[in-house]
Amino acid sequence: MRANTWAGRNKVKVRDVPDPKILNERDAIVRITSTAICGSDLHLLDGYVPTMQDGDVMGHEFMGEVIEVGQGVDPGRLRVGDRVVVPFPIACGACGACAAELYSCCENSNPNAGIAEKMFGHPVAGIFGYSHLTGGFAGGQAQYARVPFADVGPLKIESDLTDEQVLFLSDILPTGYMGAEMCDIQSTDVVAVWGAGPVGQFAMDSARALGAAKVIAIDKEPYRLQMAERAGHTA
Amino acid sequence: MTQLATREAAKARQEDVQRRGRRLGWVSLGLGVAQLAAPDTVRRISGVDDSPTTRAVVPLVGARELVHAAGLLTSRRKSVWAWTRVVGDAMDLASLGVAIAHRSGRRRRRLVAVTGAVVGITVVDLLTAVQATRAKKIGSAPTARGSREGGPMELTATTTIRKPPPKVYAFWRDLGNLPTFMAHLEQIRTTGDRTSHWSASAPFGKDVEWDAEIVDEAPGEKIAWRSTGNADVPNAGTVRFVPAPDGVSTEVHVVLSYDIPGGAVGKAVAKYFGEEPHQQLDDDLRRLKQVLETGQVVRSEGAPWGKRARKEFPQRPAQPLSDSELAKGADS
Ligand SMILES: [Zn+2]
Ligand SMILES: [Zn+2]
Repeated sequence: MRANTWAGRNKVKVRDVPDPKILNERDAIVRITSTAICGSDLHLLDGYVPTMQDGDVMGHEFMGEVIEVGQGVDPGRLRVGDRVVVPFPIACGACGACAAELYSCCENSNPNAGIAEKMFGHPVAGIFGYSHLTGGFAGGQAQYARVPFADVGPLKIESDLTDEQVLFLSDILPTGYMGAEMCDIQSTDVVAVWGAGPVGQFAMDSARALGAAKVIAIDKEPYRLQMAERAGHTA
Repeated sequence: MTQLATREAAKARQEDVQRRGRRLGWVSLGLGVAQLAAPDTVRRISGVDDSPTTRAVVPLVGARELVHAAGLLTSRRKSVWAWTRVVGDAMDLASLGVAIAHRSGRRRRRLVAVTGAVVGITVVDLLTAVQATRAKKIGSAPTARGSREGGPMELTATTTIRKPPPKVYAFWRDLGNLPTFMAHLEQIRTTGDRTSHWSASAPFGKDVEWDAEIVDEAPGEKIAWRSTGNADVPNAGTVRFVPAPDGVSTEVHVVLSYDIPGGAVGKAVAKYFGEEPHQQLDDDLRRLKQVLETGQVVRSEGAPWGKRARKEFPQRPAQPLSDSELAKGADS
């Protein structure tokens, strides 16, 4: 398959790499129909995040169609043919963190957790295409991807919503929503969002959905402010 | 003393050094500020207000005191900075010696008094520096490398697994399961109710095998074992299964001890365990948790071979494996 790979600081290359294979019983293989570039991919690109290696497949925001499942995947949860959005943190669904629905803190999904623990002082969950510190998982800026614990994370899309309407569930919509949710927004609140990039736009929409009286966008780029205005916010 | 008590004592000593170092830092700060802000007063009290050279020297000494102060107050490396103060004291005493030799009467008496005070400060500085250096030596942790000459090595590790104690106990008690998560173990064969035959992978050397027996056990709570006969590396272990406060999980507490021999075998063992032998046991328990909670050791494209992952850093790139790589497995 073709995949976008890291090729050293400030260099990426689309290369031919082998097709992904099932490595654990609860894996699935997804044929990717849409994928995104994240702002945080820039930290990988410019070498800010350590433990990137030449040839690492990048990308942690993707969706597609399940084309293969491991024998350990519960057919009640996921089957070949399902259309799914794949969340970027890999979660086992069984550890203490997952039981508390803190999926991004999964204690089992990172085979390199020991190295991460040494570097950060605490382990981190596995993440697709995001350095070897977060597990060394091949990412989703590719034609296919292997998804571990496929019966836990992937969200099945059973409606006729388009890819662009649901793709952002993989990372930045929940990221913006979390920011708004942490504000404990009341119906009388005026909420200002500094930075009207993609995450900021989602934070604004989330603030409105959570009942803010008024949402104000702050940015130095006119096109971003116009986008916020088109969505009904105050620029 | 237990390892923990030793560590606590080293910590207490280190805290004491930090406190004394900070005190000297404040002294330096006071002296430095006085010498810079009111050099003429300092010169008069010291009895050197007759020499124009001291008009330049006193503020310079003051500036040096501020450097000591900055080091002692902000750095944790008190031993280095305490020694810089000792060097400064030596310089001061030398200058004072010269000054005394050239003076008499009231000025000489003042200089002698100041010199006496500096000697006193020098003694305090010297004691602090020596103590700080000693605390640093004692405080540094021993590593497996230190055991190249042979001797006992004890490793401890703990994890919490979201399964009840009887289940975790039963998994461990079926000793054949241990190699699925313990990196260095190749195989364990049960030979009797309490006896078993263990084999470990290189770098213990080729075909390192030994017999072991369970010496103490309490179902659902604890298993203790030790090697028997002529093991190359006599070893013992204890694992305790403690109900966690959440009422669902089990805390697994493991203590392993190896009696590392001298010579070639000892060297190989020390090399195998590396600088941080605890890391391996931590990783073993992480895999135990993965197996019990999720069913398998987790694999990624970068670390595709489960328990052998640790030896592969830097890893293979995070991109899918080819068919031939997959067929060859961990030995490719
Ligand atoms: Zn992202
Ligand atoms: Zn988990």
